[in-house]
Amino acid sequence: MIVIDAVTKRYPDGTTAVDRLTLEIPDGSITVLVGLSGCGKTTTLRMINRMVEPTEGRILLDGADVREAPVNALRRSMGYVIQHAGLFPHRTVIDNIATVPRLLGWDKHRARERARELMERVGLDASFAGRYPYQLSGGQQQRVGVARALAADPPVLLMDEPFSAVDPIVRKGLQDELLRIQADLGKTVVFVTHDIDEAIKLGDMVAVLREGGRLAQYAPPARLLSAPADAFVEDFLGVDRGIRHLSFFGTEGLELTAEPIVTEDATAEQVRAATLPEIPYVLVTDAEGRPRGWADALDRATGGDGELLPYGHAFTVGRDSLRAALDAAVLSPTGWAVAVDEQGRAVGVAAQEAVAAAIRSAHTAGVLR
Amino acid sequence: MNIFGFAQQFFDAPGRWSGADGIPTRLLEHVQYSALALLIALVIALPVGLVTGHTGRGGNALAVLATAARALPSFGLLVLLTILMGLGLTPVMVPLVALAVPPILVTTYEAMRGVDPSLVDAARGMGLPWWRVLGQVELPVALPLILSGIRSGAIQIVSTATIAAYVSFGGLGRYIVDGLSQVDYAKVVGGAVLVAALALATLGFFWLLGRVLVSPGVRRSR
Amino acid sequence: MSHGGFFEVPSDLQNTWWGLVSWQLQLTLVPVLCGLVIALPIALLCRRFGWIYPPVLGVATVFYAVPSLALFVFLIDWFGESDLTVEIPLTLYTLVVLVPAIVDGMRSVSAETRAAAEAMGFGTLRRYVQVELPIAVPAVFAGLRVATVSSVSLVSVGMLIGNEGALGNLLSDALNYHRPLLAWDAVISIAVIGVLLDALLVLARRLLTPWARKATAK
Repeated sequence: MIVIDAVTKRYPDGTTAVDRLTLEIPDGSITVLVGLSGCGKTTTLRMINRMVEPTEGRILLDGADVREAPVNALRRSMGYVIQHAGLFPHRTVIDNIATVPRLLGWDKHRARERARELMERVGLDASFAGRYPYQLSGGQQQRVGVARALAADPPVLLMDEPFSAVDPIVRKGLQDELLRIQADLGKTVVFVTHDIDEAIKLGDMVAVLREGGRLAQYAPPARLLSAPADAFVEDFLGVDRGIRHLSFFGTEGLELTAEPIVTEDATAEQVRAATLPEIPYVLVTDAEGRPRGWADALDRATGGDGELLPYGHAFTVGRDSLRAALDAAVLSPTGWAVAVDEQGRAVGVAAQEAVAAAIRSAHTAGVLR
Repeated sequence: MNIFGFAQQFFDAPGRWSGADGIPTRLLEHVQYSALALLIALVIALPVGLVTGHTGRGGNALAVLATAARALPSFGLLVLLTILMGLGLTPVMVPLVALAVPPILVTTYEAMRGVDPSLVDAARGMGLPWWRVLGQVELPVALPLILSGIRSGAIQIVSTATIAAYVSFGGLGRYIVDGLSQVDYAKVVGGAVLVAALALATLGFFWLLGRVLVSPGVRRSR
Repeated sequence: MSHGGFFEVPSDLQNTWWGLVSWQLQLTLVPVLCGLVIALPIALLCRRFGWIYPPVLGVATVFYAVPSLALFVFLIDWFGESDLTVEIPLTLYTLVVLVPAIVDGMRSVSAETRAAAEAMGFGTLRRYVQVELPIAVPAVFAGLRVATVSSVSLVSVGMLIGNEGALGNLLSDALNYHRPLLAWDAVISIAVIGVLLDALLVLARRLLTPWARKATAK
């Protein structure tokens, strides 16, 4: 556990970057420091590996003050990822990744072996090993940056706005990758960002900092959305808090109706049997059961072959949140959301009303995530 | 007769390729003086440039020093020191070293300052001690520019070492100075051709050095 | 003192100290100005047709490497032992320093500024001359300073080719008659001229680029 204990950082010119900040960062989870520029989030992160020394207060790593350890040994025990990756342009990808193991005295062969392992872990093809950073895209460079930070298997990973310089689609990929790696490795990650959506997506705990380096709120993201501590946090979270909050509710309790689903080659008889009184449509699937679109039930039942209405998108039962289910229901022209299983086969449909009921019962049960 | 004719006459002259005034001897002398001067200049300028560039302090002082050193006329200094100290190595080395120090010092400083600060940040954050940050990160990245500074210092030394012949020193300048006083124009042109060739060879040497020392990752990303 | 004071020039040079100074200035400034005048169109061409820049840069590097004395010697064949023999190589050196300085200065103009100028309807040539060139002025002056100060110093080498070295001519008398004062005179006068010209160029740049004053004051 990392304990930030009443830490203050004042610069000689009188500005206070961090003001009596106290945080307990739990092991094996992602803690995000989020705030506007100038809120001291990066300074806080840099105080953990002593790139910046605090003016007052102390930082404890597993109970010991970080100032007790030799500074470079401390830094080698913490992976460090920064915005533009900061890859060494004169070294190949594999040698970049092997930097800290080599520093720790591993022999070249073992360090490279380890580097190759990490390339695979962060989703980089082995053919990149001999390339130089200038030959990589921004997203690939950042993957190398993460691999380099993980190379010596440090228990702590410090990430300073690692994904802010890449475009949104690549950023989403990198975020998913990080969550996947974290699920495997369970590092203690401290992650700095100015993007509240990124904080909510990645964080097990989120610390919102305000101007002048003061803590505004420290809570799990769902709690942040449902109960912001004050107007500042509320404003920072932005609009649609309710909708975004639904991301933390699963779809397990959602009532699905499996009745109005027919295959493309269904007979008029089968369509009639599948039609429910409360819905004038049936969901048509292909032979494998994957949804294709909505059909007018009456038309199909009388042998008609009218065009299919689009169903928008489906949500995956058990994996997707209520937010996805609600969105699917709102997007669908019939007002019914399509549920699929992990293989993409339609397993049922849910009316907007059913989603609303699920939200209501989730609230009363107080289920968070 | 044009300069090509003079040059041919010079190179065809008997005894040109051997003896105390032969081309190999003069060339070796020239290379020796130049290499010694460059070595002294490197010993002075490189550490100062690397450390000031690494810490980022003293840039203004360096700029003033460089301007002042550049304004010093090397030829005048050479003659003055020879008059004051008599013929010897010191009066020749001082102007040559003074000539090469500013370009090496200033480009090394600028090259180190020009290294992307995020690289240094990443290196420090990974726990590299300052001397490894300097030697393993900043230096390799700044190397192409540093080499260009050393190259320009070396070329100025080779060029100015020619003039040292005026104060009865050896080297390729001997042919030019002797030729001028003996009104032997072939000798003058021949000497000039050799000096120009040596300067170009120096250029080529540094190009090769760059190919060998500079990482392809740095060379190509520029 | 038997050999006269600091400003007294031996009679064999057939000149006064002021005469030598003005000759030194002429041998320095004529090449620098010619170099500037020739460098501008070459730089604009390099900017307009990017592909000619690398070869031009290569030729420039090679020329810069050739020692001044060698160039002086080659030119004696055509121009004899005259001012032109000294001025032409110095012009070449100025060119070699200025062309890359101007081109790199113009290239460093930010893409936003360039796009804004384009959007306002500047043609290519007009954009070069009215937008990029003024922004490149500090870089041009940095080049001019190097070229000028080096030229002041190189002029004295002209002494070797038939006393064409202005203040440098004092050096041969200093050595021949063993009069250190004359050598001091040459070294100090040349260094002072170099520093003064450099200071003038710094001043001129400040007047020409009021927008950069804050940045250079740092």
